[in-house]
Amino acid sequence: MTTKFRYLVGLLAALALVAAACGDSADDTTTAAPGTTAAPATTAAPTTEAPTTAAPTTAAPQPPEAGPLGQVVLEAGEDIQIRSLEAITGPVTFLGVPNQRGTEFAIEDYGDIKGHSVSMGTPLDDLCSADGGQAAAQTIVSDDAVVGVIGTSCSGAAVAAAPLISAAGMVMISPSNTSPALTSDLQGNAGTDYNDGYFRTAHNDLFQGAGVARFVFDELQLTKVAAIHDGDPYTQGLAKAFSDAFTALGGEVVAFTAVNKGDTDMTGVLSEVAGFSPEAIYFPIFQPEGDFIVQQIGGISGLEDVTLIGADGLLVSDFLELPETTGMYFSGPDLRFGENASTTGVTADDFLARYEEAFGEAPSASFWAHSYDATIMLLTSIDAVAVEFDGKLYIDRQALRDELKSVTDFPGIIGLLTCDDFGDCGAQRISVVLHEGDAEAAVSNVKYGATRADLIDLITGG
Amino acid sequence: MTAPTQTRETTKRAGRLNWVDSFLFTVKAVSVFVILWGLVGYIALAAQGEPGTLDGAQLRGLIINGLSLGAMYGLIALGYSMVYGVLGFINFAHGEVFMSGAFVGYFIADGLSRAGVTDTDATSFWDDNFLLSILIVFIAGIITSTLIAVIVERVAYRPLRGAPRLIPLITSIGVSFFLQNAVLLLFGTQPKTYPDVPDWLKDKVNLGIIEVEGTRLLVIVIAAISMVALFQFVNRTKTGRAMRAVAEDKEIAALMGINVDRTIVTTFAVGGSMAGVAAILFSMVFRTVNHVSGFLPGIKAFTAAVVGGIGNMVGATIGGVALGLFESAGPQTVLFGLRWEIPLGLGVILLIGGLLAVGYGLTRRHSRFLLPGTIAVLGGVASLLSWSHTIPALFQIKDVVAFYALFLVLIFRPSGLLGERLAAEDRA
Repeated sequence: MTTKFRYLVGLLAALALVAAACGDSADDTTTAAPGTTAAPATTAAPTTEAPTTAAPTTAAPQPPEAGPLGQVVLEAGEDIQIRSLEAITGPVTFLGVPNQRGTEFAIEDYGDIKGHSVSMGTPLDDLCSADGGQAAAQTIVSDDAVVGVIGTSCSGAAVAAAPLISAAGMVMISPSNTSPALTSDLQGNAGTDYNDGYFRTAHNDLFQGAGVARFVFDELQLTKVAAIHDGDPYTQGLAKAFSDAFTALGGEVVAFTAVNKGDTDMTGVLSEVAGFSPEAIYFPIFQPEGDFIVQQIGGISGLEDVTLIGADGLLVSDFLELPETTGMYFSGPDLRFGENASTTGVTADDFLARYEEAFGEAPSASFWAHSYDATIMLLTSIDAVAVEFDGKLYIDRQALRDELKSVTDFPGIIGLLTCDDFGDCGAQRISVVLHEGDAEAAVSNVKYGATRADLIDLITGG
Repeated sequence: MTAPTQTRETTKRAGRLNWVDSFLFTVKAVSVFVILWGLVGYIALAAQGEPGTLDGAQLRGLIINGLSLGAMYGLIALGYSMVYGVLGFINFAHGEVFMSGAFVGYFIADGLSRAGVTDTDATSFWDDNFLLSILIVFIAGIITSTLIAVIVERVAYRPLRGAPRLIPLITSIGVSFFLQNAVLLLFGTQPKTYPDVPDWLKDKVNLGIIEVEGTRLLVIVIAAISMVALFQFVNRTKTGRAMRAVAEDKEIAALMGINVDRTIVTTFAVGGSMAGVAAILFSMVFRTVNHVSGFLPGIKAFTAAVVGGIGNMVGATIGGVALGLFESAGPQTVLFGLRWEIPLGLGVILLIGGLLAVGYGLTRRHSRFLLPGTIAVLGGVASLLSWSHTIPALFQIKDVVAFYALFLVLIFRPSGLLGERLAAEDRA
C-alpha cells in the first residue's frame, strides 16, 4: 500500500512539473513602478560630465520621472499589458463574455501604441461575486507591468476588486458596473465604494432608477409599486434608486423587500407583497430567481393584474422564452446607437456584423458597446501619456489617471463620453422595452427612452 | 493530604461546570424568549389588524406551501437517515442524487414536450397525455437517482468500509462537488426549465375548509404514498428486516446470514429512489433546475433528519414537515411579530413575576422555575426598553428561521424530536 502511495505521489509531482513548464508564459515583462531607481541609474552616467560648463550644448535629456503612483517602463518590443476581468463562468456569462469579446475587438482595431502592441494576457474571471473579484484583482496587481483593467462585469465583484487595483496605481474601467456606490450620488458626494482609479462607461443606476420611475409614473400612470431585489450591491442599489425617484415623483412604494440568490420558493415573498396591493412590481434581479417569481406569481391571489418590470439582468433569451414573461417591461441602457462611431471608425452595425461572423451569434447582453468604448478610451489615454525615451516607453500611472479624468466628448459607439470627477464616463441613456411575445424582438421594442438631461433634475431634487 | 485537594478540585470543577451551564442557560432563555415574543407579538398584531399580517386564506396557503415543501424535504431526509442508520455517516452527496434525478427528468420532459408536434397537431405528447408523460418522467427520475446513489456507494464508499467514519463523510462532500461540477460541465450554467403543467392541475381544488393549488396537493399525496410504501417495505418485507438488522448491528446481522453488502446497496437504492420522487415533485412545483439545485434542499433535508432524530425514519419525515412549515410560515409570523412592543403593564407583571420565580428557584433549588422565570424577566426588560425589531425583508432570512429550528432542537433535545437510532458501534 505504501509503495503504491509513493508511486502515486511521484506521478502527481511529475505531472505538476510538466503542467507548470508547459503553462502560459505571458508574464516576462520588465519591472514597473519601482523602476524609478533603475532608469536614472543607467542613464545618469552620460550626464554627469559637464554639468556646470556654460557650453551651448544643452544638458542631455532625462528620462521621464515617475509620478506619485509610479510608472510602467517597457523595453523595445515589449507589449503593453492590460487585463480583462469579466464574468466568464457561472450564471452571468451572458453578460461577461460579450464584454470580453468587445475588449478583444477594440485591441485589434486600435493597433499599436508608439510601436508597442497591446496584450490582454489571460482573461480573468470575476465570478460575479466579491470573492471572485478579489481573487482576480490579487492576480492582476501581483504583475507590476499591468497598466489598466477593463472590468468587472458585476458591481459586487468591483466592490472587492477596485480598491486593490486602485491601490496598486492601476486604472479600472468597467463596461457594465452600474451601482451608484462605486462612483458618486451625482450630487458631489463620493459613493461608499469609490476608488480613485475607477472609471466606467456604463450608466450610473441612479439614472436607470429614475428612468424607470418616470416611465411607471408618467407613461404607465401607476402610483403604487413594490420593489424586490436580491441582496447584491447592483440589484439593491437599483431598487433603491427606483424607490427614491418614484417617491420623489409623488408615487408610493408600498413594499421594498428582497429574496436570496438560490431561493426557489417565492410564494412567501409574493404573499407578503400581495398584502400591500401594488399595481406594479419592479424586480431588477437575475435568473433563476426571476424565473421563479414569474412562474409562481400566478398562484398568488391579489397579483393577477400586476405589471411586471425587470432590468437587463433578465433580458436574456432563456427568460424571454418563458410564456409568463410576455407583457413584461425591461429597463436597461439605451441600445439605439444609430450611426455613432468610435474613433476607430467602427459603428454598432459594423461591430455586430463582425461579432456574428466571428462567433456565430448575436451578443447575449447589452454592454458590448460599452466594453469596446472603454477599451478604446483606455488605449487612447495610454497613447496620450506614454513617453518614448531612449528606446523605452514610459507610462506614468498618475498621468494616465489624470488623462482619463479629463476625457470630454470622446466619440464612442454609445455616444459622447465625458468623465466626471468620480469616474462616471457613460452616456447615461436609459430605455424601457416591452416583451410582446417574440424573444428576439424584445430588446429593440423600445417604449421609452430618457437621457441625462431628462433625469438629472429628478435625481438631484432640483 | 488527599482530602483537601479533592475538595478544592471538585469545587474548581463544579465552578467551571457552572460557568458553562449558565452560558448554555442564557442561550436557551434568549432563544425561547425570541420565539415566544414573535408568536405572541404576531397574534397581538393580527388582533389589532396591523397591515402586513396574513388573513386566513393567506395563512392557510402558506401552511399548505409548508406542508408540500416539508414533504419533499422529508423524502430526501429519509435517504440521509437510512444511510446514517446503516453506515453511520452523513451522505452529503444525497442532495446531488436529488439534483441528477431532476436533470434527467428535465431532458425526458423536454423531449416529450417537443414530440408529437406535427403540422396538423400543435399540441405535443406532453400536452395530450400529461399523466402518462409525468409517469414516464417519474420513472426516469427515480431510476436515475437510484443509479447515481448506487454508483456513488460502489465507487466512493465501499472501499472505505473499514475506515473511521469521518473519512466517508469527507468523501461524500467531495462526491457532492464532483457531481455538481460534472453536471455543470456537461450541461452548462443556464437553468433548465420544465414544460408547463396543464391548467387543470394548476386550478385550486376545494377541500371544504381550504383551497389548495392542484400541484401542491399532488405533491403531498404522492409524497405520502411514497412514504407509506417505504415504511411497508422496511417493516414488512424480508429485505426491510435485513436493513433494520444491519442498522442495528452489522456484525451480528452478518452472522445471521444476511448479505451485508447487498443490504447496504439496497439501502442506498431505496434512499436514492425517494430522492428521485422528491426531485420530480420539486420540478413540478418549481419547474427550474440547475447544477446547484440540490445543494440547499440537501442541507435542509439533512437538518430535517437531525431535527427528527438521525437514523430514525419516522423522525426524518416529521422533521422534514416541521422544517417546511417553519420555513414557509415562520418569517411572516414569528419574525413579523418581533415588531410588537410588549405593553408596559404586561411587562411590569412579567418582570415582577419573573424575578420572584428566579429568586424562588435559586433559593429553594427548584430549577424548574429558573427558565420560565428568566424568560419572564427578559420580557419585562424588553417592555421597559421598548424593544421592537422591524425586519425589512422577512423572506430574505427565511433560511435563518429554518436553521434556527435545528439550533433549538440541538439545545433542548440533542437527540432529535423522536430520538436518534444509532448503530451498535455508537451506542454505549
